[in-house]
Amino acid sequence: MQNLASFPNPFNGIIPAEKEEFVNDLTTLNLGPTHPATHGVFQNILQMDGEKIISGVSTIGYIHRAFEKIAEHRPFYQITPLTDRLNYCSSPINNMGWHMTVEKLLGVTVPKRAEYIRVIAMELARIADHLICNSILGVDSGAFTGFLYVFQEREKIYDIYEEICGSRLTTNMGRVGGMERDLSDVAIAKLKKFLKEFPPVYKEFEALFNRNRIFMDRVIDVGVLSKEMAMDYGFTGPNLRAAGIDYDVRVMNPYSSYEDFQFDIPIGENGDTYDRFMVRNEEIWQSLRIIQQALDNLPEGPYHADAPHYYLPEKQDVYTKMEALIYHFKIVMGEIDAPVGEVYHAVEGGNGELGYYLISDGGRAPARLHFRRPCFIFYQAYTEMAKGMLLSDAILVMSSMNVIAGELDA
Amino acid sequence: MPFSNEEVLQFIRENIGGEPVSVSEPHDFLTVELNPDQLLPLVGALKSHPQFQFTFMTDLCGLHIPEQAGKELGVVYMFHSWSSNTKIRLKVFVPVASPLVPSMTAHFNSANWMERETYDFYGIIFDGHPNLKRILNVDDMDYFPMRKEYPLEDQIRNDKVDSMFGR
Repeated sequence: MQNLASFPNPFNGIIPAEKEEFVNDLTTLNLGPTHPATHGVFQNILQMDGEKIISGVSTIGYIHRAFEKIAEHRPFYQITPLTDRLNYCSSPINNMGWHMTVEKLLGVTVPKRAEYIRVIAMELARIADHLICNSILGVDSGAFTGFLYVFQEREKIYDIYEEICGSRLTTNMGRVGGMERDLSDVAIAKLKKFLKEFPPVYKEFEALFNRNRIFMDRVIDVGVLSKEMAMDYGFTGPNLRAAGIDYDVRVMNPYSSYEDFQFDIPIGENGDTYDRFMVRNEEIWQSLRIIQQALDNLPEGPYHADAPHYYLPEKQDVYTKMEALIYHFKIVMGEIDAPVGEVYHAVEGGNGELGYYLISDGGRAPARLHFRRPCFIFYQAYTEMAKGMLLSDAILVMSSMNVIAGELDA
Repeated sequence: MPFSNEEVLQFIRENIGGEPVSVSEPHDFLTVELNPDQLLPLVGALKSHPQFQFTFMTDLCGLHIPEQAGKELGVVYMFHSWSSNTKIRLKVFVPVASPLVPSMTAHFNSANWMERETYDFYGIIFDGHPNLKRILNVDDMDYFPMRKEYPLEDQIRNDKVDSMFGR
């Protein structure tokens, strides 16, 4: 057992000189690891002068699960469930990003219908992700009602996931080469119902918040993030766009037929908490637009690529056809080697550019797989942003950044 | 103003005064391997170049390739030029005996945690990093878990045959 006194003082050298003489008057506050306001397992040790934050240190890694190490020992299709658990508020985006990375490595072309189904799933996931972030921001500023309103709708999104892939939170949706099954009639009916019933509910949510005097006073000019700082700290996604930079992977490097759809990229002006909230609101409307277009123009055709080496055959075929049986066995036992290659593929996740850097040395598992987790990269700016802020404001800023512990720690 | 990978490569050649260690282009992604001492001046020049503007660091991660004697550990950097939507990837390799790489925090603050993560998992020392200590693992861990010699499974287990279930 290590002596507690032998641990280094985390505040060494970070207390400003003019505060040095008051150092004994400052309070050390442990915000986390399990605190209702952090919405995830991570810790901030804050040095407080009354209500004001003087400095802080982030401690992360409480739910580190060594995904990159595990991935080096798993065949490609077994890595999909690992990606579920990165940003668990928008699992389908993570799944699809991983499938597309592998497809890029293998050189598989996915049929249009599968790509459109993927777009529908990804945009639903984006809505679910932003719903959580924005409604929790309301909870943290003292407005519980909106949260309950939209969580009902989030349940309906999860019902649609269930129709598409059979599970709700950690979805394991889709397969390398396409989708595991076609969009069923029930799924389409539920989607249409959602597209009809969700907008009025969300309008009501927006009416509760957007011009609410109390809410606006809490969030406007709080946690301002400048363009320069956002780029320097590697921000991507809604947080970056709220700061006024229109970088969106869906537009800059379109994947999965995003170039077929008409949608706008909302950007903010000041980069404060209110802008981040409003950008996410608008992105929800744009996602609905994309889903509507994808559903209206859903192409006919197969829902997966003809890639027998990687795509599990139909169960009925496995029982009746020799070839299907062989491929089934080889895929399940992980006997199929991937080609040698080096691939980076990025998708626009709920929080920004979610990248997969995959190096294959010709084995059945990756030689190296690195996840570019947007949360991990931009969260390091948090203590910098929180300096000089009131504690209650810092909580709001953390909520509005949408830090997800699973993505933080991988 | 769009530009081609060849133009970037030409600029890199001029900047480092010679041929890089190796150049490849997997999936049109320009990948250049450099010596560690060439890294910081080159990235600074690419960042402030009026046409290229590689002002965003997308990613930084470590590599361990035990077969490359003398160049076992590596660091991969990815930069993105948003003005022209071009990406480049830079790699440096160092021997496992003295894994010393200059810190990218001189140019990008986002490198801070990514380098700490790389140090945490690969034991690569970033020279000039303001606060190089473990980030995701516990502080008193005495090995670098992402190196290939550390197995995934518990060593006590003998019920799994490597030839059947291993990589």
